[in-house]
Amino acid sequence: MTDQTPFVEIRHAQKSYGDLEVLKDISLTVQRGEIVAIIGPSGSGKSTLLRAINDLDPLTGGEILLEGVQVNKTLPHRQYEKHINAMRQQIGMVFQHFNLFPHLNVRDNVTMAPKLLKGISSKEADKLAEEQLNHVGMLERIDYYPSQLSGGQKQRVAIARALAMQPKLMLFDEATSALDPELVEEVNLVMKKLAEEHMTMIIVTHEMDFAASVCDRVLFMDQGVVVEEGPPEKIFKNPDMDRTKEFLRKHLAGSK
Amino acid sequence: MDIDLMLRVYPYFLEAAWVTIQLSVLTIVLGLICGMIGAAGRLSRFAILRFLAAAYVSFFRGTPALIQIFLLYFGGPQVGIQLDAFEAGVIGLGVNIGAYMTETMRGAIISIDKGQIEASRTLGLSKFETFRKVTLPQALRLMIRPLGVNINAQIKGTALVAAISVVELTYTAQRYIGSTYKPFEMFLIAGILYLIIITASGKVISYLDRRVRLQ
Repeated sequence: MTDQTPFVEIRHAQKSYGDLEVLKDISLTVQRGEIVAIIGPSGSGKSTLLRAINDLDPLTGGEILLEGVQVNKTLPHRQYEKHINAMRQQIGMVFQHFNLFPHLNVRDNVTMAPKLLKGISSKEADKLAEEQLNHVGMLERIDYYPSQLSGGQKQRVAIARALAMQPKLMLFDEATSALDPELVEEVNLVMKKLAEEHMTMIIVTHEMDFAASVCDRVLFMDQGVVVEEGPPEKIFKNPDMDRTKEFLRKHLAGSK
Repeated sequence: MDIDLMLRVYPYFLEAAWVTIQLSVLTIVLGLICGMIGAAGRLSRFAILRFLAAAYVSFFRGTPALIQIFLLYFGGPQVGIQLDAFEAGVIGLGVNIGAYMTETMRGAIISIDKGQIEASRTLGLSKFETFRKVTLPQALRLMIRPLGVNINAQIKGTALVAAISVVELTYTAQRYIGSTYKPFEMFLIAGILYLIIITASGKVISYLDRRVRLQ
């Protein structure tokens, strides 16, 4: 790998469900430490693209590379499993509906994967949980169960859970869309903190203000293609494409 | 109603109740084992295993348990399977209830939210690790009550083996009717003892369910 190797590279990503093509030849690179927002109307393919990066929704064509290593390799079942599990340990993901494990307390939600996959001791795991939960401001809830937490608190724990695997890349799939408006800010603050620490992040979001304030680059997707991309000032203030303008006009009108 | 007679003969029914309890426990254990294997087959990624498990379920749920027991006990020797009545009863009833338990377990497992599995897989856990650490612990909590329904049905179902002369509660009641000509009293004793066994097992199920329920 040379310095020229992009950190994340998406080459000709294509995905169809039968006759319906949801991703149409998308190519994209993301540099280490870069924070990229993907915006667009629902059904534009933005979540599908994000979920293709860790092969949760496999592409039907094209390649995903992380530091030059292909993520979506075609391998015999056992080899594929081994390969994808190793790749996914390097890619954290945060979901719209949190998906915390309801049968585990906050501590065990955070430590389950590192204990199992990295073989750390219970003592190290406790330390790790405390660090990660402190980082997202949830240390005082370490012995709570997910059902005892608010949506914002759940999402902060979910972020800590992903970070506990020390991923190189974080994917956020509408992380604040399911939250009550007053709970959005606490999650945004945690994401801003990660941005300041130069975590590489790809963020699918409906929150234009957040995208504008945190991201280095914004992609506008519609109908399975990247219509336009650029720095947030450009995309939000002075987009080139009519589709982008129309989306922003509708979206901003709707959110008022 | 001849209460004196009931008090005189009920100790003999206690022995029979013990046989009913043994039958229940053994068939439930066998049923749980068959259920686990069946559910694993139903959820397998191999079509042949899915087919075999589905065939198992549809045969044992689609024919009367009594026919299955007769087939095993009376038909078995014809194809080289020699079992005494108790063995045939345990195996017949156990494999039968296993078909119902297969569906109970499968239902609990597939009802776990897909997001749970996705979250686990994105952390890097394998399919098996995800099943063991995420899906199964949650599914077990969900399956206790419906398995309790299967178990309740099974305890009552043990009465069927009276038909192949296993000396359990129902058979014992019939035998004492032959000598006393008091069917009301004899079936009443049997009924009360079934009720006690089933109530006790129900309490155990409720206790387990409360212990593991998610807050």
